[in-house]
Amino acid sequence: MSIEVIRPGINTTFQDRGRSNLYHLGIPFSGAMDTRNLLITNKLVGNDKNDAVIEFALQGPKFKVKQNNINCVVTGNVSFTFKKNSKIYNGECYKTFDLNNNDEIDIISTNNSMYGYFSISGGFKIEKKWNSYSTHLRSKVGPNKGNKIVENDILQLNKNVKPIIKKSIDYLNSKIEFIRVIKGTNFDYFSKESQKSFFESQYQVTNLTDRMGMRLDGNKLNNIKSENIKSEGLIKGVIQVPPDGKPIIMLSDHGTIGGYPKIGVIVSADYDKIVQLPPMSKIKFKMIDVKSAEKLFKLYSMETKNILDQI
Amino acid sequence: MIKNISNLGDAAIYCDFGSEVNREINHEVIKYFKTLTSKNIKGVTNLAPSYNKLIITFDLDVINYKELVEKIINLKLDEISETASKRKKIPICIDEEFALDIERVSKNTNLTIKEVYKHILNKDFYCYMTGFVAGMPFLGDTNKNIRLKRLETPRVKVPKGSVGITEQFCNIYSYESPGGWNIIGNTPVKVFDKNKEENPILIKPGDSVQFYEITKNEFYKIKE
Repeated sequence: MSIEVIRPGINTTFQDRGRSNLYHLGIPFSGAMDTRNLLITNKLVGNDKNDAVIEFALQGPKFKVKQNNINCVVTGNVSFTFKKNSKIYNGECYKTFDLNNNDEIDIISTNNSMYGYFSISGGFKIEKKWNSYSTHLRSKVGPNKGNKIVENDILQLNKNVKPIIKKSIDYLNSKIEFIRVIKGTNFDYFSKESQKSFFESQYQVTNLTDRMGMRLDGNKLNNIKSENIKSEGLIKGVIQVPPDGKPIIMLSDHGTIGGYPKIGVIVSADYDKIVQLPPMSKIKFKMIDVKSAEKLFKLYSMETKNILDQI
Repeated sequence: MIKNISNLGDAAIYCDFGSEVNREINHEVIKYFKTLTSKNIKGVTNLAPSYNKLIITFDLDVINYKELVEKIINLKLDEISETASKRKKIPICIDEEFALDIERVSKNTNLTIKEVYKHILNKDFYCYMTGFVAGMPFLGDTNKNIRLKRLETPRVKVPKGSVGITEQFCNIYSYESPGGWNIIGNTPVKVFDKNKEENPILIKPGDSVQFYEITKNEFYKIKE
């Protein structure tokens, strides 16, 4: 019971909801960048919400299945095809389909987004490390010895005793005009003009974006106090500003300690949206307070629950 | 004591213990870190202690900023016994093959190479924090005479095991990674070992560390 990797795609890894309580050792949360899509993926194939899925960035993997009656799904905004009994079909995201021995699935690319997900009913035969199936490439922690999935890997599957139930849902991660931000702990390090321009001007996502962080281009932010603070902890969503004045957003695989001033933090409700922005995307930030951010998160949680309840 | 508590985004608390870096303040941070770890408060998902800050992340589905701040203010601190902190002896090889920046350090400090190492070998250092990458210890304080800035242009690849100095600190690269510290030697011991499930890091915050010199032969023997 396995699938063979014909082409690995870009940054293809196993991920789940992340790994907690290891910041003090230098290990970040990791986990699926887009949590909502992870939950939808697991629900569609009938797996547990804590099960692992395969995440890929921009270009997806191509697999050959080595088992009959495999029920699988692709989520995100993704183009893919599958070859069943030598005939090629266009795939549809958020709709499960079944494959048999020697059939293939070719995940071509994400469209106008960064991350897509793939999973199979019954899940993958992998082991947890520190209570999580997530892969952290930098510390080589997680399934597949903490490495990316590469060509010719053979991914073992769990035995699936459940009968195949076809499931689908209409869902498209909505685009967002503004990314909501709470003022960071070093907001006052920046000149009044820069504080204003941070929220009024537009920023562009650069090519330097991956699971660790996202570098932005745009108006240079002027630090009037100190370009380095004493190194301290970081969390995902923090926007750091190095001496060149261009913001960097810390994402799920970020280094756990950093010494650049923090101008802001992305609110939890918008995290799934910002990670999906591909290079060249334009964004604007909007300042809100903690109370409003908590309300937004409640809405986000309810919305997620509603989507999952429809499956 | 905590000087100020604020929010870092909507799902983390930022405890500020001051702006200085010294053992007394860091000891307070570690005390809070250890107490919070043992209290196992529902909803707390991660604790990031550093020189003089403690960041606490939480699950917004379980608890919010106001509720958790309340709990932290009312926290009864556990006393940490001094014996909980360990003394670690770490071998380093200072052969020119590993001491990538020693000549520059010697030049910029106006000290001979021998004098530089006098300030590093067999001196007691204190571990303030661990992180950036898994297991990397931030040690201090180095002698005033050997305090230098980071490299102007950081290296793309610093070899695993490299021992570096910058400002009043000293660290060990637990992985090959980019970095700008002045490299003065290399240790063959595993600073981070993911196979040690319960205890993957060699040097913990609060530990004291001494470097002792080994030959190249001994280096490769330990490496095996």
